[in-house]
Amino acid sequence: MAAAKRSKVVSYTKWGYIFLIPFFLVYTVFSLVPLISTVYYSFFERYMAMGGLTQVGPNFIGIQNYITMITGGGASPEMYKYAWNTLVMWLMGFIPQILVSLLLGVWFADTQIRLKGDQFFKTVIYLPNVIMASAFAMIFFMIFSDIGPVNNIIEAFGGTAVRWLTYTWTTRLLVALMNFLMWFGNTTITLMAGIMGIDTSLFEAASVDGANSIQTFTRITMPLLKPIFIYTLITSLIGGIQMFDVPQILTNGAGSPNNTTMTLIMWLNKHLYSKNYGTSGALSVILFIVTGILSMIIFRMNTRNDEY
Amino acid sequence: MKKFKKVIALSLALAMGLSLAACTSGSGDTTAPQPTGGDDDTTAAPAPGGDEDTTEAPNAELDFGEQGDVLNIYVWNTEFAERMRDFMPGFEVDDKDNPTNGGTLNGTRVNFVVTPTNDNAYQDKLDATLPGNADLSADDKVDIFLIEADYALKYVNSGVTLPVSEVGITDADTADMYQYTKDIATADDGSLKAVSWQATPGLFAYRRDIATEVLGTDDPDEVQGYVKDWATFKDTAAKMKDKGYTMVAGYDDTYRTYSNNMSKPWVTDGVLNIDQKIIDWVNDTKEFTDNGYLNTGTGLWSDAWAKEQGPDGHTFGFFYSTWGINFTLAGNSKADAEGPDEVGNGIWGQYAVCPGPEAYYWGGTWICAAAGTDNQQLVHDIMYSMTCDPDVAIAITKETLDYTNNQPAMEELAKDFSSAFLGGQNHIALFVDAAKQIDMSNTCPYDQGCNEGIQTAMRDYFDGTVDYDTALANFKSALQTKYPELTIE
Repeated sequence: MAAAKRSKVVSYTKWGYIFLIPFFLVYTVFSLVPLISTVYYSFFERYMAMGGLTQVGPNFIGIQNYITMITGGGASPEMYKYAWNTLVMWLMGFIPQILVSLLLGVWFADTQIRLKGDQFFKTVIYLPNVIMASAFAMIFFMIFSDIGPVNNIIEAFGGTAVRWLTYTWTTRLLVALMNFLMWFGNTTITLMAGIMGIDTSLFEAASVDGANSIQTFTRITMPLLKPIFIYTLITSLIGGIQMFDVPQILTNGAGSPNNTTMTLIMWLNKHLYSKNYGTSGALSVILFIVTGILSMIIFRMNTRNDEY
Repeated sequence: MKKFKKVIALSLALAMGLSLAACTSGSGDTTAPQPTGGDDDTTAAPAPGGDEDTTEAPNAELDFGEQGDVLNIYVWNTEFAERMRDFMPGFEVDDKDNPTNGGTLNGTRVNFVVTPTNDNAYQDKLDATLPGNADLSADDKVDIFLIEADYALKYVNSGVTLPVSEVGITDADTADMYQYTKDIATADDGSLKAVSWQATPGLFAYRRDIATEVLGTDDPDEVQGYVKDWATFKDTAAKMKDKGYTMVAGYDDTYRTYSNNMSKPWVTDGVLNIDQKIIDWVNDTKEFTDNGYLNTGTGLWSDAWAKEQGPDGHTFGFFYSTWGINFTLAGNSKADAEGPDEVGNGIWGQYAVCPGPEAYYWGGTWICAAAGTDNQQLVHDIMYSMTCDPDVAIAITKETLDYTNNQPAMEELAKDFSSAFLGGQNHIALFVDAAKQIDMSNTCPYDQGCNEGIQTAMRDYFDGTVDYDTALANFKSALQTKYPELTIE
């Protein structure tokens, strides 16, 4: 009986699992375990007092850390302010980014335009992403410093120097500009790949039917690009929530002026000065949940009606 | 499977073999532990002009037992390694140009472990290593680490630092040190935990040419009359403004003259105090800003700040301590940074110093013995030679212009000293007076966070972005995040 059940076909299934082992191993060690321990620590009071030498806790305090995060624990809650900063700076960078990327993506992918040297331009627009964000922010910090080149140019033309990094909106604008410059190339490449994946016969049919380029874009490109577009939106949103390096370096970690460029992760980083795994764990878990919910909403919004 | 086992066995064997090899190469210089008590002075070069006997004398009472083969010194820059190279009797560096590569001292291997201070990395490293120091393997144990004043008490008040008496440094050895350098390093229980080779009294360094133009004199005694207290300082600032000069460079320049003179520590019994002196600094700096007596955006150590000290600057003076005058200011004053130190290169030689409105200090490095060290003898020798030996102190001051922590030695030097950079002025004499007046009994382990925090938060207020109350609230909330254990109203 047993012998009869054995199949004559050689099964390679086990190799599939074997080849998956490295991923799961790495994922478990570097992602799953930290994730679980973050959740675990968020229920404890645990930090290093006196600047790092004396450990306090761990004492189990239930959801006290979450309550402190959400209500501010007596003081006015800071979390919402930093969440708002993050959102504002993300939108200021992302809206121009997605518009420019769509435009460039359509142009690069359009077989009728036949841009000359498109490989060159693709490389150039991608280049800012190759530079480390911190180096990029450092460059901007120097260019826009009080005695930096930008102010020198303004003064050379008879203007008065602008103290860029002392005003809320100019500082936010610089952060947004940097994020835009760094990521629009990447987004362009992604969207272009999506557009090039659309069957060219659809574009040909549209042009035979006399559709103009705007009609082609809204009726063919956008609907068919939707999956890639959603992917871009969600990855950028997650990246935006985790915004850290650019404002951190630009403001020297201060989130100045008046904490208006302090992002949630910069604040999280401040908690880690005292190795405060309790409150920073709680903040991380809140961010995790918020990111999940936002991604879900966007995903649902864009996949509700699939007919085109 | 067999092959797999073989591979594992081989790699394990290799790992073992390699780590063994690493151990031997680490301690290869010495085959036997150093004898305790008297060192065999065969390798030891005599201290500059000093007699060896004083160095050895106090050891007789203490028996440290068997000593380790490797001495590890945790530092954040190259300064201490350079001082060791130049002034530590018997220390032979491997590479004269890179003293942090280590060397040998009386047959014991000396390693420097350098961790930069950026982003608190140095303290993080200490915090990660020191509490478990006793359990580390003999060659990995931290023996000496260095600290700065702003966070000194954090280590001084903890068990990770040995009282210097436990490595044989006596009260008599430290008797000539400036009291404030001992105050900073004294733990709650009264024991001295760290010693410094420097004292860093601060002065007000001003431009002679501007003083002559605005005040009609460049004589340090007369100029002191114009900056003797804060009220007079402000009047002089107004005069400077009229002639197109700023009194000080930026917001933070005057900070230490206020913060060093607080009437109580930043934190007492876990509660934050905001001292009247700090409020004075905020109000005065705001007044200076609004009146145009200083430059905006000229933060300490910024390029703009350095430029103000050079020939293109239009700032009257800078609050600087010992090292700042001889190194930073002298370097910044030159038009050609690579050019010679001589009158005519920029405004080199155009500065002079006077005591200024209040006594203060700025900077300084302290040597600590790490709890768990297995090289007490050498820790003692280094501490003694570098900080207690008057001959070394004089040699350091003469060769590097660093002001050393030995009152009689400095007073001796002050009798006849002339600095070309300061136009021939004897500034050591002024340092001698200033150092005596420094009172640092009001330090606390939170000084670093409080000092940095208040300067960062108040910048928004000086810039005019927020009002005073908002800036203060920002300071408090940032401090609460940094030190969750504090009570902050």
